[in-house]
Amino acid sequence: MRPINSVIQEVRSETPQIRTFRLEGDLDPAPGQYVMVWVRGVDEVPMSFSGPDTITVHAVGEATQALFQLGAGSSIGLRGPLGNGFVLRGDRVLLIGGGVGTAPLAFLGEQARAAGAAVDSLIGFRSSGDVIFQSRFEGLGRAVLTTDDGSAGIAGRVSAGLSEFDLKGYSQVYLCGPELMMWDIISRTREHASKIQASVNRYFKCAIGVCGSCCMDPDGIRACVEGPVIMADRLLESEFGRYRRGAAGSRGSCRG
Amino acid sequence: MLILLSLFSICSIMPSLSVHAGGLDLKNPVILAAGILGTTGASLRRAAQEGAGAVVTKSLGSAPREGHHGPTVVQVDCGLLNAMGLPNPSYREFQQEIDTAKEGGVPVIASIFGSSPEEFGRIASGLQADALELNLSCPHAEKYGAELGRYPDLVEAVTGAVKARAHVPVWVKLTPNTADIVELGLAAQRGGADAVVAINTLKAMAIDIESGYPILGNRFGGLSGPAVKPVAVRCVYELASALEIAVIGVGGVSRWEDAAEMIMAGASAVQVGTAMTKGYGVFGEINEGLSRYLERKSLNLEDIKGLSARRS
Ligand SMILES: Cc1cc2nc3c(=O)[nH]c(=O)nc-3n(C[C@H](O)[C@H](O)[C@H](O)COP(=O)(O)OP(=O)(O)OC[C@H]3O[C@@H](n4cnc5c(N)ncnc54)[C@H](O)[C@@H]3O)c2cc1C
Ligand SMILES: Cc1cc2nc3c(=O)[nH]c(=O)nc-3n(C[C@H](O)[C@H](O)[C@H](O)COP(=O)(O)O)c2cc1C
Ligand code: FES
Repeated sequence: MRPINSVIQEVRSETPQIRTFRLEGDLDPAPGQYVMVWVRGVDEVPMSFSGPDTITVHAVGEATQALFQLGAGSSIGLRGPLGNGFVLRGDRVLLIGGGVGTAPLAFLGEQARAAGAAVDSLIGFRSSGDVIFQSRFEGLGRAVLTTDDGSAGIAGRVSAGLSEFDLKGYSQVYLCGPELMMWDIISRTREHASKIQASVNRYFKCAIGVCGSCCMDPDGIRACVEGPVIMADRLLESEFGRYRRGAAGSRGSCRG
Repeated sequence: MLILLSLFSICSIMPSLSVHAGGLDLKNPVILAAGILGTTGASLRRAAQEGAGAVVTKSLGSAPREGHHGPTVVQVDCGLLNAMGLPNPSYREFQQEIDTAKEGGVPVIASIFGSSPEEFGRIASGLQADALELNLSCPHAEKYGAELGRYPDLVEAVTGAVKARAHVPVWVKLTPNTADIVELGLAAQRGGADAVVAINTLKAMAIDIESGYPILGNRFGGLSGPAVKPVAVRCVYELASALEIAVIGVGGVSRWEDAAEMIMAGASAVQVGTAMTKGYGVFGEINEGLSRYLERKSLNLEDIKGLSARRS
């Protein structure tokens, strides 16, 4: 499809670095799906849906900073919804998110709750000033918060909150956040890997499965169309947590 | 067991799809095109395992390139516009991916690009692949591709420089953005090419009418997919009629019927690009369709190759 034009309906500031944009259009995404956001004259980048008609963006570089220059009434181009999305399995689910990675999980949690599932959450941020969507998660069920610096909730990485939950009791676990955080969780919960769905971040260019930019070793999974949600047992056997390719296709660190 | 037996009997009576094309022996004539899922060894190996007769890598240059800003693709009626901008990690870093791709058990063809005969030659001698494909045809990268490839004397010089250093077959990929593609094909042949590959994408553009912005980050890009197939078929026909060396047909091949048409136009083998949006299963589908077709007609690939020229 060509990019469709979407007028930004509303911009909400979540933290100084993170904003939520409400978009126009009948997008009808499933939680875990993403959209390619074209900031005209700048670049086109992937963003997960944080609600039926919202994306939540962390300003980290050129395109995201340019997006922050746009307010309600400005317009952007959109391709999507794209990708597979999360699949709701069973009636008691656990969401584990870090940073802006909590965005698609909040959307998923609300749909799961509406479908009658019990939804608990473990969410982590750098510091109290970086926390987003706390009330959305608390509105779903039990929510445990961690911060790296201990300024709110449990002090430490997201995994510091794992002991609060018995993973055996959940039908499915959903994971999204910085890669090393997800890797930390997956490698500590290996025995549950077959019921953990993780949304992964790779360098997306075409987003239609032809260019190869997002392919992961060793199976050549195209994260843009066969993902971005991938089962953790498959990730354990992959490059995930060790390296990922950047814009040129060179292998680099998976920090951030 | 019954299923196994009947599968076996189908295979044994099916006509062979193996071909000799441009210095390579292929188990079938359906090749993964350059720049399509060719950024990693794993995706190339997967294409091989899913039935490709050979695979071509992303085009590789001397230094890492991030490519153009997005949007890098636009889906248009009957086709795809792309301006990736030749992103690649450099040929040196890519050798490890080629080694992985080789585990797929089919020839791995390294696509390379440079801005001069010398640069092409250097890259060619620094890579271990089963063949080389010279990208003299990308329509959207400054100083590279079609910017050299539209001049017959440069096509000949680049081909000659690579032939002088390479120990493997050399294929030259041609641009259709020219008045006479045969002139370019003849130049490649004079330079010593083992095959020509036709066509790369047609230079094209799409504009967002809400804003007036060209959609592609690079403004211009290349058109591929079903929309370009008739152009590709014509180019293959003209080239096959004029050249001694093999012609590899590419442009809009997505079903076995397209492959048969290319081969009748004179192609020794075909490449599949844009159709990979349908998934890796495309290779199996095309090969199976071709087999059944040949069986129904009691023909083999050699019989239909270039048939159209004998019919006119
Ligand atoms: C499926 C998916 C969903 C995502 N969802 C969100 C989200 O909901 N909220 C959010 O804030 N971010 C999300 N991201 C990350 C977001 O796409 C990048 O932060 C954004 O592309 C940065 O662009 P930039 O021009 O501002 O930064 P740049 O200066 O270009 O780069 C900064 C960092 O972003 C990465 N990046 C740049 N371009 C891309 C690209 N095309 N694809 C992937 N990574 C890229 C770079 O590797 C680099 O590490 C998601 C990424 C993916 C793959
Ligand atoms: C996304 C994309 C990337 C491409 N990258 C390259 C490339 O790196 N080198 C090259 O020679 N051709 C490249 N091509 C051109 C294809 O190999 C092929 O010649 C063209 O797309 C026509 O075939 P098709 O209609 O089957 O796609 C690319 C095409 C597409 C769509
Ligand atoms: S981004 Fe191009 S194949 Fe996934």
